[in-house]
Amino acid sequence: MTLELSHLNRRFAEYQALDDVSLSIAPGEFLALLGPSGSGKTTLLRILAGLDYPDTGSVLKDGKDFLATTARERNIGMVFQHYALFRHLTVLENIAFGLRVRPWRKRPSRAVIRERVERLLKRVQLDDLGRRYPAQLSGGQRQRVALARALAVEPDMLLLDEPFGALDAQVRVTLRRWLRELHEELELTTVFVTHDQEEALELADRVAVMNNGRVEQVGSPEVIYQQPATPFVCEFIGKVNRFLVRRNGDRLSAGGWMPDGDPWQGRFTEAVAYVRPEQLRLAVPSSQPAWEAKLRHIYLAGSVAHLELHVDALDQTLEADIASEDLSRRGLHAGMELRVAPRSAVLFPREGQGATLNQERWIWHARSPVPA
Amino acid sequence: MSGRKRSRSARWPRRLAHVALILLALAFLVAFLLLPLATVFAEAFREGLTPYLEAIRQPEARSAIRLTLLVAVIAVPLNVVFGIAAAWAMTRFEFRGKTLLGAFIDLPFSVSPVISGLVYVLLFGAQGWFGPWMEAHGIKVIYAVPGLVLATIFITLPFVARELIPLMEAQGSEEEEAARVLGASGWQMFFRVTLPNIRWALLYGVLLCNARAMGEFGAVSVVSGHIRGLTTTMPLEVEMRYNEYDYVGAFAVASLLALLALLTLAVKTLLEWRYGDEIAAHAPGGH
Amino acid sequence: MRRRVLPGFGISFGYALTYLGLIVLLPLAALAWKATGIGLHGLIHLLSGPRTLAALRLSLLGAVMAASINAVVGLLVGWVLVRYRFPGRRLFDALVDLPFALPTAVAGIALTTLYAPNGWLGRWLEPLGIKVAYTPVGVLVAMVFVGFPFVVRTLQPVLASLERDVEEAAESLGAQRWQTFFRVILPMLAPTLLTGFALALARAVGEYGSVIFIAGNIPMKSEIAPLLIVQKLEQFDYAGAAALGVALLLLSFVLLVIVSLLQRWSNRWAERAA
Repeated sequence: MTLELSHLNRRFAEYQALDDVSLSIAPGEFLALLGPSGSGKTTLLRILAGLDYPDTGSVLKDGKDFLATTARERNIGMVFQHYALFRHLTVLENIAFGLRVRPWRKRPSRAVIRERVERLLKRVQLDDLGRRYPAQLSGGQRQRVALARALAVEPDMLLLDEPFGALDAQVRVTLRRWLRELHEELELTTVFVTHDQEEALELADRVAVMNNGRVEQVGSPEVIYQQPATPFVCEFIGKVNRFLVRRNGDRLSAGGWMPDGDPWQGRFTEAVAYVRPEQLRLAVPSSQPAWEAKLRHIYLAGSVAHLELHVDALDQTLEADIASEDLSRRGLHAGMELRVAPRSAVLFPREGQGATLNQERWIWHARSPVPA
Repeated sequence: MSGRKRSRSARWPRRLAHVALILLALAFLVAFLLLPLATVFAEAFREGLTPYLEAIRQPEARSAIRLTLLVAVIAVPLNVVFGIAAAWAMTRFEFRGKTLLGAFIDLPFSVSPVISGLVYVLLFGAQGWFGPWMEAHGIKVIYAVPGLVLATIFITLPFVARELIPLMEAQGSEEEEAARVLGASGWQMFFRVTLPNIRWALLYGVLLCNARAMGEFGAVSVVSGHIRGLTTTMPLEVEMRYNEYDYVGAFAVASLLALLALLTLAVKTLLEWRYGDEIAAHAPGGH
Repeated sequence: MRRRVLPGFGISFGYALTYLGLIVLLPLAALAWKATGIGLHGLIHLLSGPRTLAALRLSLLGAVMAASINAVVGLLVGWVLVRYRFPGRRLFDALVDLPFALPTAVAGIALTTLYAPNGWLGRWLEPLGIKVAYTPVGVLVAMVFVGFPFVVRTLQPVLASLERDVEEAAESLGAQRWQTFFRVILPMLAPTLLTGFALALARAVGEYGSVIFIAGNIPMKSEIAPLLIVQKLEQFDYAGAAALGVALLLLSFVLLVIVSLLQRWSNRWAERAA
């Protein structure tokens, strides 16, 4: 089924939860709604589930009005943030619930229900825990029961609200992979909400980044990471260095470094530049424009080393990431001076001190990528 | 060694203070709560078992017991239905005037029982709003059973709602939403998810509501008219016998009410021990 | 109107409102309306009567004193029940609710018998010159009895959740035990203590059943306001009864507003920054 969401608005007393949101969801896709808390992602998910309704706007399912149906009629599987397991029912009874409440004409026979529940229990790897109550399960186990319960009704679409939010780091990674495999097996349209960008990038086919009730960008994880559409996306996804670029005569520059070319042909005097830590070159030959930087600290974090570089010309500290094994190969140590320049950057022009003009985004790459 | 000795001697005054505080508190509990309770039974059996049994076998006593049960059997279920409806509306929906509705639900707790009876006299009494019309149609409310029931409903109205609202607020609506998404109808959701989740708190509320309904005195005494055998509930029978200097008789009926109170306390305590977290933190229940 | 997601708003809200309207609001409206029947003059005349004034004073002052006693004793009992472990603790804990469960008429006759000059307690107090039964002191005793559980029960959960580390911090800063109590614990408990105080107060102001037996009901001396209402009713003075009822309700309302203001002040540290 294809879902077409157009121009959704939802206002709560205090704030605009959804602000003119349009989005389409393709059959079988794995979509992440990513954003900070209060960005409207959960509201959007609840509207899909029939647990909330927009003030204006429409949701069409294969061309038909989806909002006219109630939560009961939508045939959706939903995994709630805190799982919402029925605490007075056993794991088996929880999973069977959606089948047992069907009108008797559509209700499967006891044997069929039992068989399906057993199969689902096996699938979520909880074969022996069917007679337990939710309170007797660990967080990861509860999450899988919630998933099995949602899948038992053979839904057209699976919705997950912060599915890994309440789990500790290790369980989280295991369950993430498991969910991805499950999706590949079932090919079920799946939408999940998360505030964890790593989770969204790793799991989803497509990511919708949300902020203040708006969709900032929709795209594949690669596009979101490498070609962020707005300053918000740059700053929210991954780590990033931010600095100002100003027009100096006929060229744009920042503290002695200059991106080559000018797609704006002199229209703007100021722009905000974003550079990922791994996109900083650390030993630029003196023939090329670069910043003189002092290596202040090296933070070794396992396979990656974070370098804290102070650039006097920018009066700013930048962060660069390199593989840990390169540290000694290059003889890097705190206190040394380096010539530093971006390998690529994303720039958004500004009008005076005002807002950025996102539609004028410029993705700049160094012309001759010299090995750093 | 010396350090250990010092710390032990430093702890002694504190231990002593603890024991003194405990004894003080227990002395108060015994003198103030336990002694009145003991008095009831001591006075009831003052002249032995036979007069006691005679006192509670008298027809007035029997009809008072019957009437008390009748009033509770009508008032409690009505307030249970109200309590569930009010708690559902208050905790599952947003609407204007919610705070006001909550205040109205609590209102009977801060109204004197005498006033709770008085208002019905003013409505249905001979000089009341509906009094003349009712008299013309031969309907008797005041100085009759309907008045007793109404006054009791007024007094015990908040009990069930008060137990359920904080619990349902704390539980949230996620489980009910999950039931809806899984295809449950309204009643299926209510009977399979909501009701099982609140059952112990509901029982708790019913228990308190019932104890109050059977024991209510002030409100009921205003609307009863004290017609022996017809409109005297057990607490009113206690009062009448006491005022007639029939102390054994008064305390005999009182002992039955005290037993009801003890039973209520026992079941209540049991519920709290076993299902404390399913009853949730609750404010103490009113009058 | 916005579609509601969970079913049953109309029926539950409608039913609750209708029920409340019929059982509580309509009768209280009748009370207010009937009270206007005696007119302003009548009202002033009624309220300035020495017997009425004495009764209102006894009900209000007695309730304030009873609630204060309950605040102190309730704090002690709540503290002991939450903080210390001793044999029979759970039994005593259950006993605290007795005044909730025991019908007021039963409590009334039991207290009267207990404090009468030949009663178990009265016979020891009589030689000391303390008369309880049939005096204002008896009224106070009954009011303390019925209001007792409120303070204990509101305090207990808060006492249980009180963080020990704050006390330990105070002690490590050199505070004596009593200093810790008065400077740290008591201020933190104050808002809750006031809630319990208000509940006990509201209960005592209107109390009838347990008081009338022990009070002796001597006019100008040990007669409480609710009893006056009953007497007016017995004389078929409906307007007078209603006016007195409204006066009693308003007075207890004023008292509760004062308590809630005190409470807001004592709780000012809990207000979150905007």
